[in-house]
Amino acid sequence: MNAPATLPTLRFFTCGSVDDGKSTLIGRLLHEQNQIYEDQLSALAKDSLKHGTTGEEIDFALLVDGLEAEREQGITIDVAYRYFSTPRRNFIVADTPGHEQYTRNMVTGASNADLAILLVDARKGLLTQTHRHAVIVSLLGIRDVVLAVNKMDLVRYDKAIYDKIVADFSAFAAPLGFVTVAPIPLSARRGDNVSNRSDQTPWYEGAPLVETLETIDVRNPAAGDFRLPVQWINRPDLDFRGFAGTVASGEIAVGDEIMVATSSRKSRVTGIYVASDTSQTARAGEAVTLTLADEVDIARGDVLCRPGAAPAVGEQFAAHVIWMGEEPMHPGRSYLMKIGPTLAPVVFVELHHRLHVATLEKLAAKTLALNEVALCKLAAGHPVAFDPYKDNRSTGGFIVIDRASNQTVAAGVIEYHLRRSENVHFQLLAISKDERAGQKRQTPKVLWFTGMSGAGKSTIANLVETRLHMRGAHSMILDGDNVRHGLNRDLGFTENDRIENIRRIGEVAKLMTEAGLIVLCSFISPFAVDRKMTRDLLAPGEFVEIYVHVPVDVAIRRDPKGLYKKALAGQIKNFTGIDQPYEAPTEPELTLDTTGATAEALADRVVAWLEERGAIPLLLAR
Amino acid sequence: MTLSTHLRALEAETIHIFREVAADFRNPVILYSIGKDSCVLLHLAMKAFHPAKLPIPLMHVDTTWKFREMIAFRDETAHRLGLDLLVHVNEDGVRRGVSPIASGSNTHTLVMKTEALRQALDKWGFDAAIGGARRDEEKSRAKERIFSHRTTQHGWDPRNQRPELWRVFNTRIRQGESMRVFPLSNWTELDVWDYIRAEGIPVVPLYFARERPVVRRQGAWIMQDDERFELEAGERIEMRRVRFRTLGCYPLTGAIESDATSLDDIIAEMRASRTSERQGRLIDHDEAGSMEKKKREGYF
Repeated sequence: MNAPATLPTLRFFTCGSVDDGKSTLIGRLLHEQNQIYEDQLSALAKDSLKHGTTGEEIDFALLVDGLEAEREQGITIDVAYRYFSTPRRNFIVADTPGHEQYTRNMVTGASNADLAILLVDARKGLLTQTHRHAVIVSLLGIRDVVLAVNKMDLVRYDKAIYDKIVADFSAFAAPLGFVTVAPIPLSARRGDNVSNRSDQTPWYEGAPLVETLETIDVRNPAAGDFRLPVQWINRPDLDFRGFAGTVASGEIAVGDEIMVATSSRKSRVTGIYVASDTSQTARAGEAVTLTLADEVDIARGDVLCRPGAAPAVGEQFAAHVIWMGEEPMHPGRSYLMKIGPTLAPVVFVELHHRLHVATLEKLAAKTLALNEVALCKLAAGHPVAFDPYKDNRSTGGFIVIDRASNQTVAAGVIEYHLRRSENVHFQLLAISKDERAGQKRQTPKVLWFTGMSGAGKSTIANLVETRLHMRGAHSMILDGDNVRHGLNRDLGFTENDRIENIRRIGEVAKLMTEAGLIVLCSFISPFAVDRKMTRDLLAPGEFVEIYVHVPVDVAIRRDPKGLYKKALAGQIKNFTGIDQPYEAPTEPELTLDTTGATAEALADRVVAWLEERGAIPLLLAR
Repeated sequence: MTLSTHLRALEAETIHIFREVAADFRNPVILYSIGKDSCVLLHLAMKAFHPAKLPIPLMHVDTTWKFREMIAFRDETAHRLGLDLLVHVNEDGVRRGVSPIASGSNTHTLVMKTEALRQALDKWGFDAAIGGARRDEEKSRAKERIFSHRTTQHGWDPRNQRPELWRVFNTRIRQGESMRVFPLSNWTELDVWDYIRAEGIPVVPLYFARERPVVRRQGAWIMQDDERFELEAGERIEMRRVRFRTLGCYPLTGAIESDATSLDDIIAEMRASRTSERQGRLIDHDEAGSMEKKKREGYF
């Protein structure tokens, strides 16, 4: 164990269908490589009797199935990471679940792997899940695969069965772009061809599994142009400003020219720390801090590169997406994407096609459900720097996060940048009313205060708005004062103008609800048909008719603007309540009787009404 | 000593994780438990933000039953590095007389570690707690994400973990929720010692063999660290040449007989060892799946 490893640590994972023996293989590997301690082995022996599926023998799967639910059900739910080393190499192994339901956990294990061990049960051959995993392995850019034909002991080490599986896989995998496919006939349970060559398969001329893993030279994923996604700005004092991050690919040296991908601003590297040591160079995989010659505006998420070898910068791109959310994907909904340290709003604009994983057929699709894979066009909320995933995993792979649940609902690998000419029309992906309102944490409403002149509509509406404002709600008042003097300046008081007045107010209120606002309208609006027109214009439940009631004799007594006096004197014609009827609402959402309560108390009632219906957030108890 | 490519890769990964926490969380904290893993964790935290000072405070949840040498080492370390060290004790547990001896390891761990940790996280409103746990320590840890989500009640839902791809970490939480972060997830016990040796990181002297007063209890060598530890009938204190592979509350931590007095000796001994480090921890053996259960309750 003391010899220094010459090859870099190999990260690999096991995949394949349920019960193909993934966990057992890892358990066997760890056991044969003496990575299981005696106390763990005795606990395992006890466990095997209780939960095991191997009778008296030790069930090595229980070594990696660490969750209670897994042991009870005898299945792997989540990815487990294990570590071992041989004199030639260090290994990090991810044991991933085979159930389709837990594909997202398989994807988690696969994303950081250099190599995949794809297991096949010799008795069953290739299954749908084998195909699915092979496709995902390929999508995630893994180019080296060990095809482990397991349970050979159960088919009497039959070469013909083995050869057929290998041939079937070669045919299926031809379009998947694997560089190496190393088939090995083995039995994880009996240890054939795991650490040592098995006597049972004299016809097999290749290396056993461990030797294959020790010697395989996986493609260096870190080759390529210099990329440093900036994670954190190091500013201990005014004299030092460093840009910290992990070099995604390539290398850079003190004195080299660099560029900020999104702004194209250039500067020169004046100093490099690798971890905390000063250095002349920084290479892929190293956690570094750079200092620059100029005061360039750089923030978390910016990608530093060399001029002339910059990543793509844009808002729209095509990507293969693996959907991992329980709830299906909604085209047009605003999600968040995280690519390296960059967080950006993103929408799925178009589904190019869905991939049928068993046949690689391209299918038309409108949405994506759990575990489905599709090529999609996406649009980010602002320009981001990226590379095609095949060129760079760090700057080409992203996750999608649901804004409401904060769950990671998808993983994506960028295929290509959509140039402007290929861009889809932006109107299609406009932010929706729900999103605007959701951002304001409220439900849009039109509070329509109707009632006779002097009833107190404007007074109450103003008090309601003050309360809403103090609660952090977003609102706007429309009344005679701000509408008649501007938008409706051209309208008089004829029948047609009256209808047009209300129509315009309704349309403006509607636009404001689209903006997510709570709109307070106070207009006498004496005719039921006009109010109905506005109600119909809006979404169901949005129009809240509030009847501000006052007996006509009280209104005449109040007469704050002296209008009743003039009307009674015949100086104003068509005055509501005098020579024109007021059609009181028959089914208002709210009736406010202004003779029995103060304006403040009535305003409180309106706010409470909104609160009860969840239109505005409850006041938080602090 | 120069680092192997393996250790350099682990070091870079840990630093990367620290920087993500510093950038994405409002009020993170490093849980410092004084052991070897915490020493490596702290060493890497210092590196991650160099030349700036460590922008994340350090917190120790003290059960009041740690080895005296641990507490001395803790205070000396904070002083040497000029760090802010927060110490939290579950005073309610102290008042109730909860102890590993009187209450048993289960109750003691729940009250003085798990509950104490929850109290401390709530008290200071930390939204991310960084710990030195490794996946090779225990089976349920092997299943845990690097950024591991906790509910407002500090609970872990192992069946519903967020997918964690590449090194893109979903750090989003709602008000009151928090994240546990494990930057040493992919390190093994051997990696930790190799790194301590390569970087010359100071550790508590209890890791090195010396003559110490110990008593045989439940098949383990327990050290009498102070007068609170009372002998049971038939027990007697012996002087044995022992050291500790892990450190915790002294009445719950078994010593191993050893002649390893240097880091080289420790690493050689480890390579030859046939038992796991958790062997010496009495709390893990209480019941099957006990670590997962403790973690769901909010234990680190």
